[in-house]
Amino acid sequence: MKRRALGMGMGALALSACDEAPGEVQRGANPTLPEPRRGLLPVMTIPRPAGWGGDLPSVPQGYAIQAIATDLRIPRQTLVLPNGDILVAEGSGGNAPRLRPKDFIAGLIKKLGRSPVAGGNRITLLRDADGDGTYETRGIFAEGLNAPYGMALVNGILYVANQDALVRFDYADGQIEASGPPRIVTRLPSAINHHWTKSLTASPDGQLLYVGIGSNSNITERGMEAEVDRAMVWEINAQTGAHRPYATGLRNPTALTFHPETGQLWAVANERDEIGPDLVPDYLTSVQEGGFYGWPYSYWGKNVDIRVQPQDPAKVASAIVPDFSLGAHVAALGVAFSTPAMGTNFAEGVFVGQHGSWNRSPPSGYKVIFVPFRDGMPTGEAIDFVSGFLNSDGNARGRPVGVTVDPRGALIVADDLTNTVWRVTATSPGFGSRRPI
Amino acid sequence: MIAVSTLGFIRPLHPLQAVLLTFPLPLFLGAFFSDLAYAASFQVQWTNFSSWLIAGGLFSGAFAVLWALIDLLLVSAVQRKRQAIYVLVLLVMWGLGFINALVHAKDAWASMPEGPYLSAATALLALMASWMGYSRFKLGDSA
Repeated sequence: MKRRALGMGMGALALSACDEAPGEVQRGANPTLPEPRRGLLPVMTIPRPAGWGGDLPSVPQGYAIQAIATDLRIPRQTLVLPNGDILVAEGSGGNAPRLRPKDFIAGLIKKLGRSPVAGGNRITLLRDADGDGTYETRGIFAEGLNAPYGMALVNGILYVANQDALVRFDYADGQIEASGPPRIVTRLPSAINHHWTKSLTASPDGQLLYVGIGSNSNITERGMEAEVDRAMVWEINAQTGAHRPYATGLRNPTALTFHPETGQLWAVANERDEIGPDLVPDYLTSVQEGGFYGWPYSYWGKNVDIRVQPQDPAKVASAIVPDFSLGAHVAALGVAFSTPAMGTNFAEGVFVGQHGSWNRSPPSGYKVIFVPFRDGMPTGEAIDFVSGFLNSDGNARGRPVGVTVDPRGALIVADDLTNTVWRVTATSPGFGSRRPI
Repeated sequence: MIAVSTLGFIRPLHPLQAVLLTFPLPLFLGAFFSDLAYAASFQVQWTNFSSWLIAGGLFSGAFAVLWALIDLLLVSAVQRKRQAIYVLVLLVMWGLGFINALVHAKDAWASMPEGPYLSAATALLALMASWMGYSRFKLGDSA
């Protein structure tokens, strides 16, 4: 009897390792959502760093990609300045204590898929003075920051979202170094910082700033008290620093941007883990003022997550369904609207940088995709724009983070595994315009 | 080890084995009560306590199992059957405890309702093992 009980236990262990065969990566407005499930052992598939060895990421025909900066210190997000200079925010944040035995073990495993380089806590400036596509000048614009991530330039002011505060620098065209230390616009929620990345964008008129603040847990396992002012987008008055929650229930809104024509705020957000390889899809969505997007009580609209107790049926009833599924666990960390200068096939839509999964087999993400738009909304099939970040052995040659569109016709991609900034440009006429001198 | 066991007498539990055997019961029992507190309050700190209590039970229990296995080779033929049952109870306790640790590694309420059931079962098995282990003193502390 006891022997059998033990046998069953071991059997359950063995089963749990293979009961999560995933389906296709679900993209689009109506992803198929399987039942939540999780074996005894969570799936952890960590693609190991593999390096490029002379290869380059793949881009569509008519485009070329090159590394414009290497040996950075964990580049996350980039910003193209009016004169064409590129700012690169480098850093690694978070100070979440390890509370459970699991946190120690999972931390060690996840570390295997990351760059061993320490975060730079700085902003590097890249300049291509002669417009030949080689960024020959490189300098440090600002240092001594605290895990900077989001950046925005409006009305001659550079705003930087550190992991604990929104700060500002005065910026004049052509400047290569900050003229002084940063000044604080407002503090940002930073206790624990399980999800530390503070994404940032500015309203088209520059009066209001929007900061994405990630949750302090996967699914409230650090307690509801830790989630005050988390999993939301703040609207911040650029002048006064006054702020209010603009939208809530976004588990980890890792990148924000405004649609260039409609003036609508859009976000990519990373959803919860540990309920299966195809749950919950990370998403791209327009962010409605006052909207609630489900976390933690429900996902993809009104699908209740029973791991959250006590539940809140009233909040679930108000949950908004996101606009576009990017696929579960792809870890979308970058978003940027395109411009006609990117070429006719990629003129209208949004680029999404996907850092890649650590808990799905086969892995998902590890690419930059293009989601076509029409009339201000996603339409049609998403297309891989930069891929090849996973090699044939399933190891990671790089991991894309932030994406930025250079209005002159280039896509800038930060890669925090190989500490590289990539630049994708059109090579043939008709695909995109050459950068003017 | 100079305890002499003669046929008909039961060799007592070695003091170190006795010390190791003091851990699993209170730790697994503590995990059970901690689970009940989580179920009643939804405060995740209780389930964190459970995770550590279970980890502690497994750590100390592993040595208890190891010692008991070695002991199995040393005891007299008369005692062997009894010792084998004791080892088996400890092994099942440890196996269930390990599964319980994995269940408790799930986030937030996902450890429910299996968590408290497994904690109760491991605590019960720890009690059985302790009972059997310490009974040896009563019957055969004659060396």
